Amino acid sequence: MANAQKSETNNHRLLKSNNSSSKKNEGRGKFLVFTSAVIVIIATIAITVFLGYKGIRTFFVYDVSLWNFLTTTGWDGTENSGAFAFIFGSFAVTFLAALFAAPLGIGSAIFMTEIAKKWGQKFLQPVIEILVGIPSVVYGLIGVTVIVPLIRNHVGGLGFSLLAGMIVVGVMILPTITSISADAIKAIPSDIKDASYGLGATRWQTIYKVIIPAALPSLMTAIVLGMARAFGEALAVQMVIGNVKGLPESLLDSAATLTSIITLDMPHTTYGSVHNSLLWSLGLILLIMSYVFIIIIRFVSSRRKI
Amino acid sequence: MDNHTYNVENLNLWYGNNQALYEIKMDIPENEVTAIIGPSGCGKSTFLKTLNRMVEMVPGVKLSGDINYYGNNIFRSGYHPEELRTKVGMVFQHPNPFPKSIYENVAFGAKIQGIRKKSVLDEMVEKSLKQAAIWDEVKDRLNSNAMGLSGGQQQRVCIARAIATQPDVILMDEPTSALDPISTLRVEELIQELKEHYTIIIVTHNMQQASRVSDRTAFFLNGELVEYDNTDRIFSNPQDRRTEDYISGKFG
Repeated sequence: MANAQKSETNNHRLLKSNNSSSKKNEGRGKFLVFTSAVIVIIATIAITVFLGYKGIRTFFVYDVSLWNFLTTTGWDGTENSGAFAFIFGSFAVTFLAALFAAPLGIGSAIFMTEIAKKWGQKFLQPVIEILVGIPSVVYGLIGVTVIVPLIRNHVGGLGFSLLAGMIVVGVMILPTITSISADAIKAIPSDIKDASYGLGATRWQTIYKVIIPAALPSLMTAIVLGMARAFGEALAVQMVIGNVKGLPESLLDSAATLTSIITLDMPHTTYGSVHNSLLWSLGLILLIMSYVFIIIIRFVSSRRKI
Repeated sequence: MDNHTYNVENLNLWYGNNQALYEIKMDIPENEVTAIIGPSGCGKSTFLKTLNRMVEMVPGVKLSGDINYYGNNIFRSGYHPEELRTKVGMVFQHPNPFPKSIYENVAFGAKIQGIRKKSVLDEMVEKSLKQAAIWDEVKDRLNSNAMGLSGGQQQRVCIARAIATQPDVILMDEPTSALDPISTLRVEELIQELKEHYTIIIVTHNMQQASRVSDRTAFFLNGELVEYDNTDRIFSNPQDRRTEDYISGKFG
């Protein structure tokens, strides 16, 4: 009884002494994380406002018609420039790359999580991590020296083409899709896999009737994140796509994307010129698209069932 | 007593180098409830999972001995575990419905066997849900997600899902351990109804449950089958000292 009382007072004292010093720590920690959060928010808002201001100037200060800008082709750096070819190019590269990378990425994610767990985690996982870490200029170099000649010699055209862009960007977003898909599949509770096997389902039936449907919202998130990355990719695309300012008519035609035009043209424009302003507008389109991708991701992941 | 669903002969099982089951010999009668009791880690769940060969999905499992299911050795080469599992349904410790509609959950087993006809599936879903005593509660929301049901309802949907493939046997691995007392009672009543049509083998760590629901009880300890007899005898007049100690609460 006496002992219990003693330990109680001890506890009390401990709590009290903790209180005064931890209060200070608590305040400092709170300030630190709060400041970080505020800086991130301010940076995002500042970028949006700045890009918005710069991008919109084209249409108000230089009297470029927005409709004309979005729907016509022909890029000469004057008020009559239209960006449709680049908007089309960006979307084409993005969707084609996703078309190429999504089945491969989800397939290898299933392989490393469900089929060959040991081998997958020992070998495939590090390979994917390495793929993520390779700088995009290296992908571009490999694209120029391997993919472009391969297409030129065996498929046709110049080699610098949408097809080359699709393959290079596809390989670039492959690890993103694979690793997020693998995490999504790993998060499926083993309970429901057991239920499927217990009902006499084979491994494949379990994969495509239980695991894939249950993981579908997360798999979609993986694909959209990959597409967001593909949409914003500049350097590697610019190296292999040919940067022709007209509309491509086939996969083997050269094309250009919003990003590749910005990086190519920016050094040649004077600050304050129409041409310069037009490039800011392309940047604004990129920003708006990245917001759209985020909204899609939010929407898709809110439909998660598990 | 003549008809046995399972004849288990000298079954040994190892997880890697650890032996989990020793020389199990057990005949399980048809259309009765057989309870398997024992302390945690005694091998009762492992034994249950060998009866539908789910245990072989654990990496590093080795087996010896025979399990005959209606006279056929289930380990005989060429006998597919999937085929066996359509005849031997399983209900798990935690309710584990698929994140699909109630209808899709119950129809799952039939669909993977290639049954596509809507009228057949409809009838089967209704019959199974009725047999599992949950039809009245879910008949108006068959298309809503089964994850939205309460735990007890989920478990009965899982039972409906298991009986929808028209198995001969239902294996139950502590089916009420995650349920509240009222849901537990309902599942126990359901077990009594189901035994008319199915052979039920239930693993439980709840001795009262074993005595309430089962016809025969097997007591496992450290991977050995210590005693296996009519439930009344096990609980009133156990032959083995260890059984007596366990049911009287001296350990476990």
